[in-house]
Amino acid sequence: MNRSSREKSRSPLARQWLGTLIVAAFALAFAFPVYFMVSSAFKAENEILAIPIHLVPYEFAGLEEFRRAMEIAPLGNYVWNSALVSFVNVVCTLLLSAMAGYGFAKFDLPFKNFLFFFVISTMMIPQQILVVPLFVEIKYFGWVNTYWGLIVPGLMNAFGVFMMRQFIAEVPNEIIEAGRADGASEVQIFVILVLPLLLPALASLAIIIFIWSWGNFLWPLVAVTNEKLAVLAVGITNYTQPYQRQPMWGAAMAAATLTTLPVLIVFLAFQRHFVKGITAAAIKG
Amino acid sequence: MGSIELKSVSKRFSTFEAIRSIELKVEDRERVVFVGPSGCGKSTLLRLICGIDDVTEGRILIDGVDVTAVGSAKRGVAMVFQNYALYPHMTAEQNMAFSLRVGGVPKGERKEIVRSVAAILQLEHLLHRYPKQLSGGQRQRVAIGRAMVRRPKAFLFDEPLSNLDAALRVDMRLEIIRLHEQLKTTMIYVTHDQAEAMTLADRIVVLNHGNIEQVDTPRNIYHHPANTFVARFIGSPRINLIEVDRLATAGLDELLTVAARAFGPKVKSVGIRPEMLQLGESGPFSRYCRNVEYFGSETIAYFEGFDEALLAAKATGETHFQPGQAYTLSIDTSGLVGFDANGNALLAR
Repeated sequence: MNRSSREKSRSPLARQWLGTLIVAAFALAFAFPVYFMVSSAFKAENEILAIPIHLVPYEFAGLEEFRRAMEIAPLGNYVWNSALVSFVNVVCTLLLSAMAGYGFAKFDLPFKNFLFFFVISTMMIPQQILVVPLFVEIKYFGWVNTYWGLIVPGLMNAFGVFMMRQFIAEVPNEIIEAGRADGASEVQIFVILVLPLLLPALASLAIIIFIWSWGNFLWPLVAVTNEKLAVLAVGITNYTQPYQRQPMWGAAMAAATLTTLPVLIVFLAFQRHFVKGITAAAIKG
Repeated sequence: MGSIELKSVSKRFSTFEAIRSIELKVEDRERVVFVGPSGCGKSTLLRLICGIDDVTEGRILIDGVDVTAVGSAKRGVAMVFQNYALYPHMTAEQNMAFSLRVGGVPKGERKEIVRSVAAILQLEHLLHRYPKQLSGGQRQRVAIGRAMVRRPKAFLFDEPLSNLDAALRVDMRLEIIRLHEQLKTTMIYVTHDQAEAMTLADRIVVLNHGNIEQVDTPRNIYHHPANTFVARFIGSPRINLIEVDRLATAGLDELLTVAARAFGPKVKSVGIRPEMLQLGESGPFSRYCRNVEYFGSETIAYFEGFDEALLAAKATGETHFQPGQAYTLSIDTSGLVGFDANGNALLAR
């Protein structure tokens, strides 16, 4: 084997190794804060801010910081509120987005294109700009410090409508027409024939909305001042910005670990659908 | 009973007129085929009959009852779609039972009906399979089964065999004829394939630009086309259309005389089917062969024509033609068709 042929046979492997190293470096950079959070939840308080960083707990604190996190703030309440808000948001967004997407994709409506572009143009407006008018609106309805105020503004999602519309556009019209010819009502066609075909897209959207809803900080902070209605993302600040006392980083890390856990579980459980849904949306979009 | 009547039916999409005031009656138990080039309106017409699309003007009567404003499901017709339109998340059995399910038929009865239809279509062993686990022909049979369980007054087939390979298409064609004879139901079949049209139809409806050009039996459509469009569209290879002015200059005085005697002074062109153009022993009509297509049982030879269009001749498989060589041709005038200046067929006197 001469030199050039050896180089040829080696170069794809070398490229593969180089690629793997770059990806691994990026993965480490992104995973480190998560690792630091989880490991710090099991460290003693003074170890968390130690320099140089303790990669593993020198003094393993066990579940002590989790217990302390429960004592300091109503963590159970936060979890319940976050779960409730996220669950309702996910269910309603899936249903409403699929219905709106179906309408935009498969029905001839007056001003359909204008309305669709109007809906997706709202995706360009930052949430921070909407906070004040939304607050005025829920105040008008008397929903400040209520679950209604916390949940209702997140029930409809322009991205969800966009994503569903793109997916539903790919459902062959003949299937819907065959359903009509078979005597199915429009609701039956939507529920029995169209929705099951959207499962990958619905799974993707469910994860996206769950992550967004579970980690949403700004709106729950504004809409609710009552501790009993606070969600995890807002409640967690109690540990790092407590009034008249030092931040408790150990408890904060334990609470943050608990906050991250459901997202991780949901993501891992639906990962397959998620990737499928996102790539399909990309191709079809 | 399952007669279907179209009375001045029109369909417009915005400014485009897809169907223009069509009058047609399909008799009970008749097998009618809509045929025409792409965009002629044949599928649109079928969708109007099915009730998937609404007519812009006119009325549709099924068994004498005006169903123009009646929804698709209540018209008593069942459609088989070009792409099968099977529900991908349902098994063959669930697909076939869907109309019964939404119609509120009890589960036991549903199963029984589906099983009996599956037996006719020899689908029993495939009922538990999903569409993606079925071959093209099997999917087509499931789609037909889904239509059959509704026990419709009429079956509407929208190019149902266009996705199948040639051999399977022939099998399915025979299967559809067998089913029609067994079920004794009205059938309207849309295709752009003239072989399908000729073999399946009791009557053929030739459509062009949303108009009906001719409605007749396959035999009459072939031998007595109503105009040059029908003459050109039906028959493969295409009919040879020759303007009478060219006949004399080509030394075809005898043909000119026959055409003038048969169709009178109005005749502007004559149609000669390829099988009427034969190799001759001797004579004044000589042409160079340009191309040869060999099909085993028959050979199609293309000769230089009077303009850009080549003259096609159909001969037996044993006949040998050599491209580039001149041949003497003779014309069998017994099946000559004459057309006037507007392209309409002239009656032989």
